[in-house]
Amino acid sequence: MSKLKSSSSELDLDRPNIEDYLPSGSIQEPHGKLCLRDLLDISPTLTEAAGAIVDDSFTRCFKSIPPEPWNWNIYLFPLWCMGVLVRYLVLFPLRVIVLTVGWIIFLSCYIPVHFLLKGHDKLRKKLERCLVELICSFFVASWTGVVKYHGPRPSIRPKQVFVANHTSMIDFIILEQMTAFAVIMQKHPGWVGLLQSTILESVGSIWFNRSEAKDREIVARRLREHIEGADNNPLLIFPEGTCVNNHYTVMFKKGAFELGCTVCPVAIKYNKVFVDAFWNSRKQSFTMHLLQLMTSWAVVCDVWYLEPQNLKPGETPIEFAERVRDIISVRAGLKKVPWDGYLKYSRPSPKHRERKQQGFAESVLRHLEEI
Amino acid sequence: MGNSSSMLTQYDIEEVQQHCNHTFSQQEIVALYQRFCQLDRNGIGFISSDEFLSVPEFAVNPLSQRLLRMLEGLNFKEFVAFLSAFSSRASLQQKVEFIFKVYDTDGNGKVAFHDMLDILRDLTGQFISEQQREQVLTRVLEEAGYNKDSFLVQSDFMKILGNSGLRMEVEVPVD
Repeated sequence: MSKLKSSSSELDLDRPNIEDYLPSGSIQEPHGKLCLRDLLDISPTLTEAAGAIVDDSFTRCFKSIPPEPWNWNIYLFPLWCMGVLVRYLVLFPLRVIVLTVGWIIFLSCYIPVHFLLKGHDKLRKKLERCLVELICSFFVASWTGVVKYHGPRPSIRPKQVFVANHTSMIDFIILEQMTAFAVIMQKHPGWVGLLQSTILESVGSIWFNRSEAKDREIVARRLREHIEGADNNPLLIFPEGTCVNNHYTVMFKKGAFELGCTVCPVAIKYNKVFVDAFWNSRKQSFTMHLLQLMTSWAVVCDVWYLEPQNLKPGETPIEFAERVRDIISVRAGLKKVPWDGYLKYSRPSPKHRERKQQGFAESVLRHLEEI
Repeated sequence: MGNSSSMLTQYDIEEVQQHCNHTFSQQEIVALYQRFCQLDRNGIGFISSDEFLSVPEFAVNPLSQRLLRMLEGLNFKEFVAFLSAFSSRASLQQKVEFIFKVYDTDGNGKVAFHDMLDILRDLTGQFISEQQREQVLTRVLEEAGYNKDSFLVQSDFMKILGNSGLRMEVEVPVD
């Protein structure tokens, strides 16, 4: 009997349909009567494989696209050399001083506030919020950050969540200097981790672990608890889950969109003329990344606070996520790509391959019945 | 101050072009070299299977394992020669030759029933039983004048696939 065996892999409702984006019909479906040629001709599948080898949309998202070198002629080169000297010998020391002063002020205020005001929570929280915003402003000043904010500033209200596209960890600092967000982040090692567990903990941050499977449910629960609280700091989520090079956006994870609250999109776009702010975590450590920023001329970017969105009736969380991704991508001039950012760390699930196989198998079986 | 093509000299480019029978232009070879270096993350001179599989579009392809066996350990020159069948300048003969090589896993110049069955299995997966696969393949072979024990050689493939309509082209993005 020509009964088709059903797929054993369960439908993964987690991701939108990649087939909507990929070229359809990679395995040629035979027309008319099935002949030897139809079975032997594997050229469409091979073409797709070769196309992926030559260029693919996923790797493009994580490539640091270097700016055009402009210093190659005899007039501009000395100018560029002078620029290097100014950046490394004048600006960099000044910035280090600014940052050190900032840290001193911050710590000398934060530590007393944190320990002495243990009982007066409301006042303590308010002061800690201001101090975190202060230290972030110092950080931004240490890269000569020129940030233009557009749109209404985030307000502290319950039942709302902020989502933004992600280019580097400095995204968080840039947003934090305007509003003390609570953030959900991967726990990092080293001095960053120390800062995370002390200062960021006080603004109410949530940690996750990419490699743990059960982690998702725990995190989802904590997210829900956080947004219920009326005087918790507004929550900032980067739904891409990884740093992307500020030319593309990868798929948004639906976690932020199924909390049943308003989603406020934030779009961030860096001006590459001054520095490429993309943090390629495979190539540099965060310290190196910061040093690179501190020896550049400036970090110039635009931040748009966009109109808050709600789940439309009949819309699934995944469609909602895609709609918000569309809003952010259009505003910041980014191209959308149908891949999950976590594919940086893992292989795609076999169900995509299975879907292609299923299509071809069905058409072959159809012809088996006809013969 | 230059881009990475400065690591590839003009002699290198010409040698590679020679090796692939001029199916790629010099600009395309430079672009392919940049891509090769991008994929070969640890810079060992060839792209490992893992590095190929880190391209999701490649990993979801049903024939990826087969192609990986052919791509294993290829240096840049051989990599370009491998892709030459997909150039718009490649002849129909070269394309059919490539397809034949994909089928002929043991490289003895003959494609047997089980070779064709293997590829059909890769393309249809678990959605059709082994028995049905054999049934379909036997039937179409007999209709084309062969039988289950026939061996197909390159000229047979040329006869079956060689008429017009075989499209196997990939564009190399040149900045």
